Amino acid sequence: MTTTEEPRHHAEPQQVDRVVIRIAGDSGDGMQLTGDRFTETSALFGNDLATFPDFPAEIRAPAGTLAGVSAFQVQISDHDILTPGDAPNVLVAMNPAALRANIGVMENGATLLVNVDAFDERSLHKAGYEDNPLTDNSLSAFTVFEVPMTSLTQEVCKEAGVKPRDAERSKNFFALGLLSWLYNRPVEPTIEWIGTKFAERPLVSEANTRAFRAGYHFGETVELFEATYEVRPAHFDPGEYTQVTGNQALAWGLIAAARLAGLPLFLGSYPITPASDILHELSRRKEFGVRTFQAEDEIAGVGSALGAAFGGSLGVTTTSGPGLDLKSEAIGLAINLELSLLVVDIQRGGPSTGLPTKAEQADLLHAMYGRHGEAPLPIVAAKTPAHCFEAAIEAARLAITYRTPVILLSDGYLANGAEPWRLPDVDALPRIDPAFATEPNHTSADGTAEFWPYLRDEVTLARPWAPPGVPGLEHRIGGLEKADGSGNVSYDTVNHERMVHLRNDKIAGIAASIPPVDVDDEDGAELLVLAWGSTYGAVAAGVRRVRARGQRVAHAHLVHLNPFPRDLGDVLRRYSKVLVPEMNLGQLSRLVRSEYLVDARSLNKVQGVPFRAAEIEAAILSHLGGAE
Amino acid sequence: MTTTAVPPTTRKDWASDQEVRWCPGCGDYSILAALQMLLPDLGVRRENTVFLSGIGCAARFPYYMSTYGLHSIHGRAPAIATGLATTRPDLDVWVVTGDGDALSIGGNHLIHALRRNVRMTILMFNNQIYGLTKGQYSPTSEVAKVTKSTPFGSLDTPFNPVSLALGAEASFVARTHDMDRQHMQGVFRRAHEHDGAAFVEVYQNCNVFNDGAFEKITGREHRESMLIPLVHGQPIRFGPEGTWGVVQQPDGRLEIVEASTVGDAALLVHDESREDPGLAFALSRLSRGPYEPTPIGVFRAVPRAEYGAEMSRQIAVAQERRGLGDLKTLLRSGATWSVE
Ligand code: SF4
Repeated sequence: MTTTEEPRHHAEPQQVDRVVIRIAGDSGDGMQLTGDRFTETSALFGNDLATFPDFPAEIRAPAGTLAGVSAFQVQISDHDILTPGDAPNVLVAMNPAALRANIGVMENGATLLVNVDAFDERSLHKAGYEDNPLTDNSLSAFTVFEVPMTSLTQEVCKEAGVKPRDAERSKNFFALGLLSWLYNRPVEPTIEWIGTKFAERPLVSEANTRAFRAGYHFGETVELFEATYEVRPAHFDPGEYTQVTGNQALAWGLIAAARLAGLPLFLGSYPITPASDILHELSRRKEFGVRTFQAEDEIAGVGSALGAAFGGSLGVTTTSGPGLDLKSEAIGLAINLELSLLVVDIQRGGPSTGLPTKAEQADLLHAMYGRHGEAPLPIVAAKTPAHCFEAAIEAARLAITYRTPVILLSDGYLANGAEPWRLPDVDALPRIDPAFATEPNHTSADGTAEFWPYLRDEVTLARPWAPPGVPGLEHRIGGLEKADGSGNVSYDTVNHERMVHLRNDKIAGIAASIPPVDVDDEDGAELLVLAWGSTYGAVAAGVRRVRARGQRVAHAHLVHLNPFPRDLGDVLRRYSKVLVPEMNLGQLSRLVRSEYLVDARSLNKVQGVPFRAAEIEAAILSHLGGAE
Repeated sequence: MTTTAVPPTTRKDWASDQEVRWCPGCGDYSILAALQMLLPDLGVRRENTVFLSGIGCAARFPYYMSTYGLHSIHGRAPAIATGLATTRPDLDVWVVTGDGDALSIGGNHLIHALRRNVRMTILMFNNQIYGLTKGQYSPTSEVAKVTKSTPFGSLDTPFNPVSLALGAEASFVARTHDMDRQHMQGVFRRAHEHDGAAFVEVYQNCNVFNDGAFEKITGREHRESMLIPLVHGQPIRFGPEGTWGVVQQPDGRLEIVEASTVGDAALLVHDESREDPGLAFALSRLSRGPYEPTPIGVFRAVPRAEYGAEMSRQIAVAQERRGLGDLKTLLRSGATWSVE
């Protein structure tokens, strides 16, 4: 394989408009890192992109087994795309298990870059292969390139004095180098990045750099590949862009929201997949005055956030499904106290521990109804990774304005997925007014000025927020039912009924402050696809495909799930058919059916992975064509 | 934070207009009175004072104080107080709790608030019974206690709250009882002064469901011989004319002896500021229950970095190094590119 010849001069790279690449290996092989690097280089290059990290719950599942396979999928394109792609065109498989676990999703004719060094008998056996798929013709539908990634990496690292055992761990950079060559990605940003990232471990840095270069040169030198490919930069609206994951955007949105409201930000959180990265991100941002508190449990996470809110902070707690269960009691308290509180639920597969690293949208009904008593609260859902920024600000706005806990729903797919984001003009973001109480608001029978903590604003029905520290506004609140107005403990049954209605009306009244449904309907479609959350990309892409066939279809994507936008009923009634795709067994569809008495049809997928555009397309077509 | 002088107050200023609803004769009344009488002497402001509680008889406390107050959910008050205290260092945060609230459903929050040393004064009213739910045994009830839920006697070994707090790395641990206003006020004052989490166990009589639980040691005629006052820097002795004393045996055990037989110099001198909590723990084990001579007073008071202050310090350091956070810079902290 060594050659001293001048590199061959390739013909101009072939232009392709998009490519979907899946990189798979053991969870210890650094696949997520490799994918992230390739993505960032592509983002800087100007491609549109969407990513889908797909990793196991175990940190180190047994090496070489199907359970331990970690994959990263990215679609890069020269045009606006919405999803990480249905069927990948290229698979990098670091071992037999990675090949076996992913071959089923590959496009026919896809390119497979296989680390042939890992295809020994033991590894094949561990992956459950009886025969070597590289030699038994079972891959004839694909173009297979066998690349000795491990041994070549060890070879180039030997000269730098890296032991073969350690060098082996740099093989993901070899793969990255090869991909970079194949898709004409610039090498400098990655070389630089390695230098910074591993600055404190010079030998690792050297090994990774060498492996990366070796992979690149391998592509250039070896007469294995007929051509390289190029995905030209996409057209983007003018502006400044960065690449964000959902959790990062959400964390930044929280910082922005606190700024907009002029409140200190407090996060009380207990580590849980896939929400922990928000805690990580916020704990790094102390220069913003952010207080992060890693609590002893989920209950203390929400409790401390509520305590901070009582003191006048923007109190936030972040969690995932099982944690939301544990927080229910404190959320109910926040509803009764009518204090601002933001609860972020990064949904994952359930019930119980379920599928910690996989995405699901099955917490909607829990967010809606998962508390004892009549306990309504607003629900906001993010629809793309970048949208998490805006969704966090909106959730905070509702919490602060209406003195209520708000549940913000994201999911594992949005949390870890990345996309380019046109940076908003932060100076133009609307302020949020916490409107703290400053003086007594009531006069008692004997003429003394008093503070009544439950005397409501006539428009929003929000009660005054009076953090401690102001003389004359001392007051006591608690989980017991309050007398309307004075806020004193009241066991009066008629008062209780009034308070139940007031709390309900307050939340329902939020509809007045949220925008009408944004319907994407070109010209009088019959069918409306109504969706929410992370299905946005797949649904929008599916809708495009249907339109490309000359058929009509409308799409509305809800951000506010409670209350619904006030015109949602009218919108639904404009269409003779309503299709609701969800990654659950039909939760939004249930809500709109009961609320509006419309025949909303449910399309469900609960495999822990997002819908594919093709699945949405097929479902729309079948509903369009299907006779009732 | 204002620098003007704190206006003088009286007991009445600290009492809210709400009718106190504990059972007549409940020990909670005397604790409430002791605190309401003490607060005017502490030089604090009503508007900067917050009482937080969970659930239980004791948890009604905030409603009776004319300060800011939050009556929350069962066991969670230390967690809620942590969020408040760390974000509002200008406030005086009191947590009022009971043995069920603090040691059963809320045990986890209590131990973590103590180990973190979050600035809050925790008053735990220990009546060794569940009062509000009408008389089930609690995590401090003695073994074999017959209650509605244990007609054949309870099986659980009880917690010793002082031992538990010491084991949880508490920097301030004390015990007092509802029959002695002066002692309560002395201990409450010390707890309030402490910069960190202060834990005070208050023996409290529930005259409805566990009447007389502490009578053998706190009753007027028993106190002198059954309560061992801990006084910092003083030999530990008790009983009429200080007949009895505590000594440490060569093997480390603490023992109650007749003081005259060993001589004053042999008595253990109480040192609440010892870094090592071992002796304080041994003192907490001196009595197996409220029927043997029992130490009261401050077991431990050591200075340790306060959690909220440390949190603020990290923020100040970050702001000094990186400047005040700028939103535009934040959004550009990763790689960015421009499209014309
Ligand atoms: S039940 Fe016991 S503790 Fe509760 S108020 Fe009555 S006497 Fe006091």
